[in-house]
Amino acid sequence: MIYIQIFLAFFIPGILGYGGGPASIPLVEQEVVRNYGWMDSQQFAEVLALGNGLPGPIITKMAGYIGFMVGGVPGAVIAVTAAVLPSLLLMIFLAGILYKMKGTKKFETLTSLVRPVIAILLGIIAYDFFSGAFIQSGVVHTVVLIIASFLMLTKFKVHPALVILFGLVYGALLL
Amino acid sequence: MQFKIFWIFFKVGMLGYGGGPASIPLIKAEVVDIHKWMTDDEFQDMLAIGNTLPGPIATKLAGYIGYIKSGWLGLANAVLATIVPTIFLMIILLTLFVEFKDLGWVQGMSRGVLPVVGVMMALLTIDFLSKAKAKTTWIFLIPFTLISLVLLVPLNIHPAIIIAVIIIFSLLRREGRKA
Repeated sequence: MIYIQIFLAFFIPGILGYGGGPASIPLVEQEVVRNYGWMDSQQFAEVLALGNGLPGPIITKMAGYIGFMVGGVPGAVIAVTAAVLPSLLLMIFLAGILYKMKGTKKFETLTSLVRPVIAILLGIIAYDFFSGAFIQSGVVHTVVLIIASFLMLTKFKVHPALVILFGLVYGALLL
Repeated sequence: MQFKIFWIFFKVGMLGYGGGPASIPLIKAEVVDIHKWMTDDEFQDMLAIGNTLPGPIATKLAGYIGYIKSGWLGLANAVLATIVPTIFLMIILLTLFVEFKDLGWVQGMSRGVLPVVGVMMALLTIDFLSKAKAKTTWIFLIPFTLISLVLLVPLNIHPAIIIAVIIIFSLLRREGRKA
């Protein structure tokens, strides 16, 4: 039963996340935090932080870890398979058909309609993280961390892994 | 051949920072520029096909290239080489993290990183909205986004349902009219 849930929790984001791996992040959150309650928002943030700190595709890292946490090695294998295989098989079997359709307006429309929905879900997660941080660390530390990481990521183009590291070190020393 | 496929996608997985989309140029450099497995045009076509489908892009490209080079074994090899090393790192580091969570400074790390990933999610929010904006107009985008927000939050409709409806609508819709 748990394996079916793990499969669904990653199959749905894999098959609906238009816009690559990052588009699937909020869909995974929806399943593992809101739907199945396998972790709280804080734990999800930790997984996301480490996922962003390590190289490679984000969604498979999350699937691997969360699948492992919930259902051991079989859980990890099922989660990763569910996230990766459906769209990969579609690509291989439908390559000919998709080749003819790739330039058409249908897919542009599709992607541009899905993106705002994903954006809202991402915005909700950001809000949850910020409000969690206000409660845990207080307004001053939270605002300092938000402004500092915002500037590092946008203005100074610091590597995301280093910005995560900054958050970890700041927290270890001051929070 | 299998060793070559493994090595290429192992490097792609270990060097691609910023999720799957960030590894696209790395894949292109390996398979087009260095190994000449496909031309630039073929690569662009493959990428366009990949983008018509949902789900992570890096694994779709890896699997597809592995498949055309050496069948199902190549597919499995390329996908596993891309994802397994970082999954192992992820499990080891997070297991350690959970193990030492009682220590004050480890809890501090967890708190410190929360606003940082919050900013990352906020930037992705903006990124997704501006990419959507590039394909439509504000006149369409603002009401559409507000309606989606109402459906998602107060009405609490599962996003999978909303996205599935959008996909069905877009694919069944006839060509030619404006979005």
